[in-house]
Amino acid sequence: MATLDIKEFLDKDEQKDLLRFLTAGSVDDGKSTLIGRLLFDSKKIYEDQLDALERDSKRMGNAGDHIDYALLLDGLKAEREQGITIDVAYRYFSTNNRKFIIADTPGHEQYTRNMITGGSTANLAIILVDARTGVITQTRRHTYLVSLLGIKHVVLAVNKMDLVDFDKEVFDKIVSDYKEFVSSLNIPDITCIPLSALDGDNVVEKSTRTPWYEGPALLDFLETVPIDQDRNFEDFRYPVQYVLRPNLNFRGFSGKISSGIVRKGDTVMALPSGKISKVKSIVTYDGELDYAFPPQCVTITLEDEIDVSRGEMLVHPDNQPIVDRNFEAMLVWMDEEPMDINKQFYIKHTTNLTRARVDNIRYKVNVNTMEQLSIENGQLTVDSLPMKLNEIGRVVFTTGKELFFDPYQKNRQTGAFILIDPITNNTSAVGMIIDRVDVRDMVTEDAFAVLNLPELGIAAEHYEAIRTICKELERQGVPVKCITENK
Amino acid sequence: MSDYKLSHLQELEAESIHIIREVAAEFENPVMLYSIGKDSSVMVRLAEKAFAPGKVPFPLMHIDSKWKFKEMVQFRDEYAKKYGWNLIVESNMEAYNAGVGPFSHGSKVHTDLMKTQALLQALDKYKFDAAFGGARRDEERSRAKERIYSFRDKFHQWDPKNQRPELWDIYNARVHKGESIRVFPLSNWTELDIWQYIRLENIPIVPLYYAKERPVIELDGNLIMADDDRLPEQYRDKIQMRMVRFRTLGCWPLTGAVESNADTIEKIVEEMMTTTKSERTTRVIDFDQDASMEQKKREGYF
Repeated sequence: MATLDIKEFLDKDEQKDLLRFLTAGSVDDGKSTLIGRLLFDSKKIYEDQLDALERDSKRMGNAGDHIDYALLLDGLKAEREQGITIDVAYRYFSTNNRKFIIADTPGHEQYTRNMITGGSTANLAIILVDARTGVITQTRRHTYLVSLLGIKHVVLAVNKMDLVDFDKEVFDKIVSDYKEFVSSLNIPDITCIPLSALDGDNVVEKSTRTPWYEGPALLDFLETVPIDQDRNFEDFRYPVQYVLRPNLNFRGFSGKISSGIVRKGDTVMALPSGKISKVKSIVTYDGELDYAFPPQCVTITLEDEIDVSRGEMLVHPDNQPIVDRNFEAMLVWMDEEPMDINKQFYIKHTTNLTRARVDNIRYKVNVNTMEQLSIENGQLTVDSLPMKLNEIGRVVFTTGKELFFDPYQKNRQTGAFILIDPITNNTSAVGMIIDRVDVRDMVTEDAFAVLNLPELGIAAEHYEAIRTICKELERQGVPVKCITENK
Repeated sequence: MSDYKLSHLQELEAESIHIIREVAAEFENPVMLYSIGKDSSVMVRLAEKAFAPGKVPFPLMHIDSKWKFKEMVQFRDEYAKKYGWNLIVESNMEAYNAGVGPFSHGSKVHTDLMKTQALLQALDKYKFDAAFGGARRDEERSRAKERIYSFRDKFHQWDPKNQRPELWDIYNARVHKGESIRVFPLSNWTELDIWQYIRLENIPIVPLYYAKERPVIELDGNLIMADDDRLPEQYRDKIQMRMVRFRTLGCWPLTGAVESNADTIEKIVEEMMTTTKSERTTRVIDFDQDASMEQKKREGYF
């Protein structure tokens, strides 16, 4: 480094891009060992952390004479006592070519929820299998979840090759088993790598013990896999996050570009009003931009004074999302408390918050076999229909107001939502929208509150105040229909 | 397609701005906690960016333990004035008047009363329902698992086993009255990212981060700077001038300096890239016990 001009070096280093990846596998697959190896070999484990680690390894390690990398990664006290990772933990390292964020998630059966959490922002997933056992139920489950989350790149890391004598046939068999299974899922890029996390084969350096393997070492692949095409640059979606009015002359709509590209001068439409205007400027702290793309955060000003609030969306008029109150989605239940079908949940979708009602659970998915379980095929009963922790199902919803969405597989940003329990405020479930549904599929009676003021005998002078309250309730996601005229 | 590509710093910046705006839009009474350190300096700049050309719609609050370095307090006041921030400064005056300090009461009691309790009192006083903090996940093991929106009960406590799932960039902002969240917009930044960003954006930081000849004493393996005359008598003749700088800033008796010649931002970044010690080794409060940070967090400390 001394010979390099430091400014030049830093200018270059600051331009590196970012890859977020998920690791999935069980404790036995050597997942923590693999992550520890990546961090260690990229020299990011600091000396003092190593000292503490060696001390801990001797005291309570499970790796014999080796350093137990798992101890370095398992943060919380309770987990250290149990000897398993129980939540998502984030790790950071960088090489000369890229910066990495690892979401380290456990593969333990009851923790589907954590893997879904860790994977929601990932560009890539590493799925570990033990070379001795090959593709097992858990491998299928992890891969299914990865495809559900719309992760485009998967690395099947066939670990512990040292324990099968680096046998090419063992590796080939696992790869063909995996590819056969994965062909039914929508994952565009799959790479299989034989490695030994414990010894370091094919992790950072290509191993001499696998001369038959022609692909890259794991780190080499992570550094070079192209991800800049993975975002949706086609469909401009701009959910308004915050209306900025610093003075009478400036009114801007702040937000993050969810997808697509917007340029100064573009004609845009505000949803749900349908009003049309042109982009006057794209403002940032660092000056105005000619165009903006995901995931940039900007402030857009318009040529015309049109009213747009938080939760509403700017789009191009010739490329609009679905605007509807009814849709179906793949839902993952994240709450210890099972679903109460009669509850009205809050739904948060982009920057919108409203109420949502479950109309129908079409089927649940057995995540181990990917089999569909429904009342129709006799696999579910009315009692076993409501969703429980870690269950995945296809669910039909009605929302309190119109949402502006796209199918999740086409647009991760406008296809995702969370469900919030109105009493506990917990995030009960998360969903990935499939599409709108026909109204005939729906429960038709309107479950949302109606206040018929004349019928209730309320004097007309109070109408305005009540209307204001209803508007505020709607803003908070509780739509109330306010009727002020006798029909 | 390279026209539509962000660097890792630009991507982190966008993520943080999104979080800051989201909190401002969904909470009634947010506050940004300001420690005057390098991470706070970055967080404050990100807040300024989030609402430009407007003003940031929430105040800054500094919990003053009364043992901060003089240069920190000076920097704080000048920065807030220059950039037009509404600055709140709060201290645990009861404990201060009772004479609590690190030399007389030890680091544990001092930290609990002058930092943790002072913070909790201030949060209750103003009834803030969201408090931004500059913590990063790469700082310490228990933080690696904490959510960006970290839910706190009525007693400001964190329950690591009962965290809300947090997916995509959709944050659950719903809390009952009296409950609150701590928000960590810098969660995904590393120490190196912070320094690179400070360099790139030319962000003002406290001069103590730059190496300079300073009066220090060696105390239990740490280099402690003699910042004011509250340094106990018995240490005074041990003061020596050394070329040092600080990697983290806090209460001066509890913050170790490192020997360094890094007197420019480039030299600091270079030092960061080649260092073999993690930054928390310079924070004396961490030596108390194993998993001590998790304990503090459960009690309401950041």
